[in-house]
Amino acid sequence: MTSAAELVERAEAAVAEGSDAFSNASSLTDLSEAERQFLGKTSVLNEIREAIKSVDGSERAVVGKAVSGAKAELEAAHAARRVFLDSQAAALSAIRDRLDLTLGPHEYVRGHLHPVTRIWRELEDVFVGLGYKVAEGPEVETDWYNFESLNFPPGHPARAMQDTLYVRLGDRESVMLRTHTSPVQVRTMEAQKPPIYVVAPGRAFRRDTLDARHSPVFHQIEGLAVDQGITLGDLLGTIEAFIHALFGTDIKARFLPSFFPFTEPSLEFAMSCVFCKGEGCTVCSRTGWIELGGAGMVDPNVFAAVGIDPDVYSGFAFGFGIDRVAQLLYGVDHIKNLWDGDVRFIRQF
Amino acid sequence: MRAPLSWIREFTPLENIEVSAIADALDQLGLEVERIDEPGRDVNGVVVARILNVVPHPDADRVRLADVDFGDGELRVVCGAPNIEAGMVVPFARVGAVLPGDFTIERRKIRGVVSEGMLCSARELGLGDDHAGILALPDDARLGTDVREVLGLDDVVFDLSITPNRPDAMGIIGVARDLAAHFGLPFEMDEHEPGPVADEVAGAHVIVEAPDRCPRFVGLAASVVMGDSPQWMQRRLTLAGMRPISNVVDVTNYVMLERCRPLHAFDLGRLPGRGIVVRLARDGETLTTLDGVERRLTSSDLLVCDGESIGQSIAGIMGGAAAEVSGATTEILLESAYFEPSGIARTSKRLGLRSEASARFERGVDPNNAGTGATRAMELFAEVASAVPVPGAVDVYPKPIERAHITVRTERVNRLLGVALSSDEIAAYLAPLGIDVRETNATVPTFRPDLEREIDLVEEVARRVGLDRIPRSIPSSPEKIGGLSALQRDRRAAADVLVGAGYDEVFTLPLLAPIDLANAGLDAEAVIEVENPLRAEESILRPALLPGLLRSVAYNAAHGEPDVALFENGTVFAPPEPGAALPAERRSLAFARSHHVHRSPHEPDRAVDVYDVTAVLDALTQELRIADVRLEAASVAGFHPTRAAQVLTGGRVIGALGEVATTVAEALALAGPVVACEIDLDALVAAARVARATVPVSRFPASSVDLALVVADGVPAAEVERTLARAGGELLERVELFDVFRSEALGEGRVSLAFAVRFRALDRTLTDEQVRTLRQGCIDAVVAAHSAELRS
Repeated sequence: MTSAAELVERAEAAVAEGSDAFSNASSLTDLSEAERQFLGKTSVLNEIREAIKSVDGSERAVVGKAVSGAKAELEAAHAARRVFLDSQAAALSAIRDRLDLTLGPHEYVRGHLHPVTRIWRELEDVFVGLGYKVAEGPEVETDWYNFESLNFPPGHPARAMQDTLYVRLGDRESVMLRTHTSPVQVRTMEAQKPPIYVVAPGRAFRRDTLDARHSPVFHQIEGLAVDQGITLGDLLGTIEAFIHALFGTDIKARFLPSFFPFTEPSLEFAMSCVFCKGEGCTVCSRTGWIELGGAGMVDPNVFAAVGIDPDVYSGFAFGFGIDRVAQLLYGVDHIKNLWDGDVRFIRQF
Repeated sequence: MRAPLSWIREFTPLENIEVSAIADALDQLGLEVERIDEPGRDVNGVVVARILNVVPHPDADRVRLADVDFGDGELRVVCGAPNIEAGMVVPFARVGAVLPGDFTIERRKIRGVVSEGMLCSARELGLGDDHAGILALPDDARLGTDVREVLGLDDVVFDLSITPNRPDAMGIIGVARDLAAHFGLPFEMDEHEPGPVADEVAGAHVIVEAPDRCPRFVGLAASVVMGDSPQWMQRRLTLAGMRPISNVVDVTNYVMLERCRPLHAFDLGRLPGRGIVVRLARDGETLTTLDGVERRLTSSDLLVCDGESIGQSIAGIMGGAAAEVSGATTEILLESAYFEPSGIARTSKRLGLRSEASARFERGVDPNNAGTGATRAMELFAEVASAVPVPGAVDVYPKPIERAHITVRTERVNRLLGVALSSDEIAAYLAPLGIDVRETNATVPTFRPDLEREIDLVEEVARRVGLDRIPRSIPSSPEKIGGLSALQRDRRAAADVLVGAGYDEVFTLPLLAPIDLANAGLDAEAVIEVENPLRAEESILRPALLPGLLRSVAYNAAHGEPDVALFENGTVFAPPEPGAALPAERRSLAFARSHHVHRSPHEPDRAVDVYDVTAVLDALTQELRIADVRLEAASVAGFHPTRAAQVLTGGRVIGALGEVATTVAEALALAGPVVACEIDLDALVAAARVARATVPVSRFPASSVDLALVVADGVPAAEVERTLARAGGELLERVELFDVFRSEALGEGRVSLAFAVRFRALDRTLTDEQVRTLRQGCIDAVVAAHSAELRS
């Protein structure tokens, strides 16, 4: 007969010895060797479990409890060491697998919109928010749409303000690259009845050669509202609203009378300088104001040209340069930059 | 228009108003101030002095020594000007004085003699270009006085940008009238009609043969003593931007600037026939203008001729050389006429000849100040040219132009401006502008030819109220609903796809040179030409985007950026459709990628190839859900002969893509391969779309089979793929070409295309038997359609 006390003692010794072996295992291989030795089929604990049969019946339970207790302790010690060694191995392989993420990406993942397109979209979105649709028209126009319907009769001195590029079609000087986006006003009023609330961003042309300050092509946005009861106050409020939307509510709008053949009263509008907030800086030529564009109430002669009754409807129109806004907001000094397709420039946007 | 403040003040008392407030007022009146000049601001410490004596320099021939008395003492200066002499009164810059250009005068030794300052020429004082000698000041100027007072350099000049509708503001009085109204100050101007009207003056008759073009002609005569005009007049003309010429010419310019009343003085002694005939020119007739240029005229040009009907002046634009006043002139005939504006504009434009007078006539001067303006000139002739006027005047004015009457409705004014004015307030606003309002009837002055309609008066009221004082509002209409159209949203989406694919957006000029087309391999027939280009580089309208875009690729390569991916979205132009007046415009989209796709350091950089652009086309097609886009191998101008395809949708060619031809690459000096695509964006977005309805996703497993099919080399893989897709029917989930293989074993001209074909049913797992049947169906279809063999 084997004594129960002896078996319990052996079990306790196995726990001590096994725990030491586990915590001394320096690798997963060592650990599994120790596991085989202390928790496997040929382990001391298994021998003890076999030997229980030879213990007096009343003491078997004591030995059984001691063996399962010892097994649990050893398993816990093994698991703890396993976690340690696993994490150590993971840490080692992580170090081995390290990648320098600051290396550049494989390929360019994003291109760039042209700065004028960015402002163009921003302007469209502001006016869409104010309830406007976006109208379009051809870039080559007839004299009727570019001048005559807009109240520039032939020989009118205001035509001399425009430096027109004509194209070789039809009668001499009858077809031209539009000098402004205003022909879209006329086309829109011909195509639809009031109420009309549209903006027309687009290209316009003038007889200039591309250099730092001039371009034969430029972008404008034209606005037109025709409805019953539209007032000059509505025009002023609308211009103020979009200046606030684009540049912030701390920017002020200023209006000065001017002259355009297709609007009356006509005015020019400016905003307080976005850089110096009106204090005066180089961008605003120390005036505190940045001139933006022209506007006015639609001239009755224009309404007559499109068959809208000026006694029932009134309207306003405004226009300004998109390039200019882009130049201002992005600090673009040279107009040429907008046109030469230099990626060193475009990739900044 | 340059308006000296001192001149404006002769008509309205602005003495107590700050210059900045006057400038603000001018802006608010629509007489935009472009610049404020204070010519004396840069002149400091220069005083009036008298030269006491002039002695030679002991060691130099070209400079002399002058002793000057400047009121507080005497000093000696060294002076190189040839015109100094004892007794002359001159500007003297003492040591410490400052001249324009921030030039401070210092005590200097010149060839051993100390100069205690400097005597100044007109140019040194910033008074123009005259540097011939020291400026002579009036003899009676008080010694020691600041020269700015004497020279009027304490004046302020407003440089105004006058809009074409305001000819009246091209005269000092027009500016003064607006300012007086704005500040509520009186406005005063003396106006007198000339003496009794007769058939002739000083024996000269006036015959107007073209009264439509010359509705009024006033002629006055006087004897004169020619000479220079006095300092004050020269100073004003100079400040206003005109060069003093002689007393008689200066007076005509002075009255023009003051009253917007152009005048012309003829030397009556050199006017053959001693009279005036106003007539249209004959085609081919010539006249030498006083700038010495011979002008060739047409029958639409108006001439002022002498009594023998020989042209002496191009009416309203420039006088002739023959009867020009000169130092020898003793009697003059003064022309004060009203010429019809559009005729002047036409002649001036055709001849490319503009003058201060024509600029005013073409905008419309006051026909009714022809007499009073001439009187004003006569007063000045008397003052500065010892003139003795010949009594009487000729005034040919068969149909006097009356003041116009315009209806102005209070309700209309308020409704358009968004204000609430009474009719009395409106009348009070308009009165100082010379507009009389009784009830709804406004009588407008003839010096405001822009006032023709009610709306013109609405504008005047707005100007008088001040735009900053009109309440601001925003229109609110229930029908005011904003938004982009589907087309506009699609265009944005297309650009966003390109940006997502790594392409940078560029704008290229829509104006090209014919050589740009040739360089891109396109022919230059059927392009639209610009009639009046400034240079050949911008002489045609682009028929396509690629020529410009490829130029940008080359530009970048030349600037050290050979690896670029660029796109442009813009209008291209083709000749008009039959019956159309305007070119056929459409929106095109082009993209190009050049040289290398950058992948280092991970993998070697790779040369771009055509699949870089087909990938983008795929992305576009997917984003826009285009139902049917196909590529068909084709020979396309500007592209590699066997590496290009046309893009078709619904059977219609809408563009092309491929590798750019070597000849094009060489012509543009492009670095490495360039692949590109240009498609008609309007046609693409107009193409049939896949419905937005979603296909359900199956929960059952898929069955995949690989098929290696050997076909003749040259059969487009996409065709085989489409055949497989058709044969697989509804149960086919995906076809993917995963290998292309050529070998001797396959035979000459044969190629093996290996496809992974995946089948899946929505509602069940497919049985092996079903998959076998589907597989065989696919094989049979490809064998039948493309003479393929299954590679075993």
